[in-house]
Amino acid sequence: MFFVLTSMGCSKLSAQIAVYEKFDAFEKAILKEDDNTYVINFWATWCAPCIKELPYFEQLHKDNPKVKVILVSLDSRKDLEKKLIPFVAKKQLTAEVILLSDKDYNAWLDKIDDSWSGAIPATLIISGKRKLFAEREFENFTELNNYVNAFINHN
Amino acid sequence: MKFLPLLILFFSSLFLGETTESNGYQPGDKATDFKLKSVDGKMYSMADYKDAKGFIVVFTCNTCPFAIKYEDRINAIAKKYKSKGYVLLAINPNDPEAQPADTFELMQEKAKEKGFAFPYLVDEGQKIYPQYGATKTPHVFLLDKNLIVKYIGSIDDNSDDASAVKEKYLENAIRALDNGTEPSPATTKAIGCSIKTKKKA
Repeated sequence: MFFVLTSMGCSKLSAQIAVYEKFDAFEKAILKEDDNTYVINFWATWCAPCIKELPYFEQLHKDNPKVKVILVSLDSRKDLEKKLIPFVAKKQLTAEVILLSDKDYNAWLDKIDDSWSGAIPATLIISGKRKLFAEREFENFTELNNYVNAFINHN
Repeated sequence: MKFLPLLILFFSSLFLGETTESNGYQPGDKATDFKLKSVDGKMYSMADYKDAKGFIVVFTCNTCPFAIKYEDRINAIAKKYKSKGYVLLAINPNDPEAQPADTFELMQEKAKEKGFAFPYLVDEGQKIYPQYGATKTPHVFLLDKNLIVKYIGSIDDNSDDASAVKEKYLENAIRALDNGTEPSPATTKAIGCSIKTKKKA
């Protein structure tokens, strides 16, 4: 794993994108069973419905202190510099963005969830041992926020 | 309570919206035949191919980057297996109103530009893909001559780079079918673009 740093023009903001070329490394680093609630959204710069709902995840990151939002791009490794980094800068995403470029999908999609057919967007929520996965889109921020809060409040 | 049925309908539709499990085919199921229009203006059905040993049904489209990365490979497979008795039929499941780059005219252009050696069919009214349980493009279903599903999934294990492929899942499955054995694996998974439908009111 390594980091690519990019600066956004004269702004002080910078996007830092961790790259995982193998699922195992991603699993160890990202899929944590600790005290936090993680909202992990799988997307790509080429996926129109994903791009449409990214602002809702960005808002969730800013507005909902109960969760950590991780935006997992499934773009190709070769598209990191020319597509992903400029995209993240342009959309001014402040939620954590990482790149998972392991193309051996059949080997790892089931490890996220058996029900995942491979379509994106898809979202995984983890809180300790509890998991909720859905291959679905969110129409607006409220829908996403209610969905996440329903998971958090269900004990 | 007159409104109760309506309420039930409302809630059941909510739950339907939440469903993640698809109700499509599993290996061993019998697939439905179809009669769909191709880019040449003619209608195609699997029943038209009396001598076929099997069918490779590929849900694909004009626009998805994964479909584009695979279009040359799909064309090569269509050509390679035609002479062996396996018929490849591609179906575009996207609603052109939801994905304007998937109109019939643009499908014709794509087929001409890429020299598609197979029928490229329109899933008119989006009636076929839900029966198969296709969720994304590309999404492949291999059927035997009796339309029994033998393999579901991806073409191979590297969408990015055809030269880096280690497992040719689809071709291995065709070979197994040709040898009279069951494909293994019978299902694989891959990332793809969701099938585009108009938002229901």
